Amino acid sequence: MAVLERTYKQYEGRLTPEWSRFLIIPRHAYRDVFRSKLFTAFFALSFLCPLIFAILIYLHYNASALGLMRLNVRELLPIDASFFEAYVVIQGVTGFFLTMLAGPQQVSRDLTNNALPLYLCRPFSRSEYVVGKMSIVIILLSAITWAPGLLLFLFQGYLEGWSWFAENIWMASAIFLGSLVWILVLALMSQTISAWVKWRVAARAALLGVFFVSSVFAGVVNQLFATRWANIISLYNLIANVWAGLFGLFVRRTSEIQEFRQGRVIREVVMSEPPLWASWFALFLICAFCLWLLSRKVKAYEVVK
Amino acid sequence: MDYAAAAPNDPQSHGSAPGVITLDNLSVRFGGRPILQELRGELRGRAIGLLGPNGAGKTTLIHTLLGFHPPSSGTARIFDRDIRGDANQIKSLIGYMPERDSFISKMSCVHFVRFMAELSGLPPAAALERAHEALFFVGLGEARYRNVDTFSLGMKQLAKLAQAIVHGPKLIFLDEPTNGLDPPARQRMIKMIREIRDSGQAHIVLSSHLLRDVEECCEEILILKEGRLVVYCNLEEERKANKKFLMLETRGDQKAFAASLSTLGCEYAVTGEHRLKVILQDGTEIRDLYRLASAAQMQIRRLTFKRDSLEDIFLKAMENGAAELPLPVGEGRGEGVSGRTI
Repeated sequence: MAVLERTYKQYEGRLTPEWSRFLIIPRHAYRDVFRSKLFTAFFALSFLCPLIFAILIYLHYNASALGLMRLNVRELLPIDASFFEAYVVIQGVTGFFLTMLAGPQQVSRDLTNNALPLYLCRPFSRSEYVVGKMSIVIILLSAITWAPGLLLFLFQGYLEGWSWFAENIWMASAIFLGSLVWILVLALMSQTISAWVKWRVAARAALLGVFFVSSVFAGVVNQLFATRWANIISLYNLIANVWAGLFGLFVRRTSEIQEFRQGRVIREVVMSEPPLWASWFALFLICAFCLWLLSRKVKAYEVVK
Repeated sequence: MDYAAAAPNDPQSHGSAPGVITLDNLSVRFGGRPILQELRGELRGRAIGLLGPNGAGKTTLIHTLLGFHPPSSGTARIFDRDIRGDANQIKSLIGYMPERDSFISKMSCVHFVRFMAELSGLPPAAALERAHEALFFVGLGEARYRNVDTFSLGMKQLAKLAQAIVHGPKLIFLDEPTNGLDPPARQRMIKMIREIRDSGQAHIVLSSHLLRDVEECCEEILILKEGRLVVYCNLEEERKANKKFLMLETRGDQKAFAASLSTLGCEYAVTGEHRLKVILQDGTEIRDLYRLASAAQMQIRRLTFKRDSLEDIFLKAMENGAAELPLPVGEGRGEGVSGRTI
């Protein structure tokens, strides 16, 4: 190494392809993320659910194991769309908590330390920066959601046979697409919150708030106005509907409220869930809004008007 | 055109090669307010100084050249590439040391500089090697494994310089590089800037409000005032030109000496009882002056080369404000442009 030369010289070697440079951000970010023992432990635990689901699949096809455990195959969960939907839901929620731990400090740290000009004065665009930051969450969550999910599907297909695999291949796309939509929403939301809330604890609280408070608020509005349309502002309901829709399990629930006086029905209210397309549209709007907020904040320098 | 082939310090290359920075009626407005107004000119020097009072638009000019702010009208070219259309190509040729504290926290200095090198397109192994080299070059070799958060202001400035040069750019923008440095640290910084300049491997644009820094490092000066270019000055030409401008302190018959000066064709001005200002003509040597003094029975007690200091030029520019003459565009280097107040 020529550290002793101590002269300025130009670099004349080969360069990495431009399209791959956004991946530099997650590669360096993981060094810091996995320095936290809490995060590493939680990340390792997130593989528990895929493991349990793999065992459940295995038990379906292993009579001796069932005999040992004194179980009947009918007592086990059936391996169908709801089985894989349950997997996506559990891993989706786990992914949310993982995002809470890893996501909120990513952009805020750069903004606090005025690091954005250092990124953007290089052949590295704002979109590459945002994609790079989002891929920190996307890669992590992919590793615990759709990637093991598809392995489970392949495992089931291998044990059940080609005909089952061919008939149910759509479930693989549901696992992939359902997980991907949720990962994208989480990645965008966490980076947006990170860009606007500089304090890490507050950013985590804000992310939690978006998830839980929106559901509580939607519940209250539903009760007050005797409707189900407020579910459109509940992030949990939105993604649950999308998942259910992808696995072919979405039912537009309808309920009735009847008001009685002196034994007679004086008012009857029929409440219907919003249709499936409304959930997709609401998620799209959330993503678009996050992108707009991000584009306002991710700038080399903010011009004070 | 291959700019690596044309060494920046080769004066022969300046005549035909495109300038380092070409400003083409560049204007920038923020919220309707003009910040930079119709800047024109071609800069070719190895080290270009950007001077101006606070709020003159120095940093905005750098940011616009870096592509951070879009021009409201006009454009600029860096190494003949348009900042509007070839931003990525331009960015791969430049390095930038921002004025404010800028770093990535919770990273060791070598990790930080390596990360920046990788973002510039260097493969990981080369980036690490160059990060070590850059840190040794700026004098942070011993502290390179420390977190940047724990650095003093002076060390942070050096780390910023290291990240600006780690990928070996051909043009380096230094925005107030000596801010907050104590005198020895400032000297070290100036020395490094000169070393980079003299290596002939990179051009430097140095923005500062410290005239001494600019005077020590730069050969071309741009002075901005209220978003306009008010002075373009080629210090190198100025220095050459002013070798012929003398201040004499005399004893004896000054009148006879002054009269004999006109026989040499020199212009002169009597500025005091024992003081003379003389402008030597081409072909006139200093020994001719001594010969005349001897003939006039006069002593030359002191002889100094005098020129307008950068401070004089700067203050004059601030008094006069913007005028109408444009900067030279596409002309040969230093052709009648030295020390011109525009």
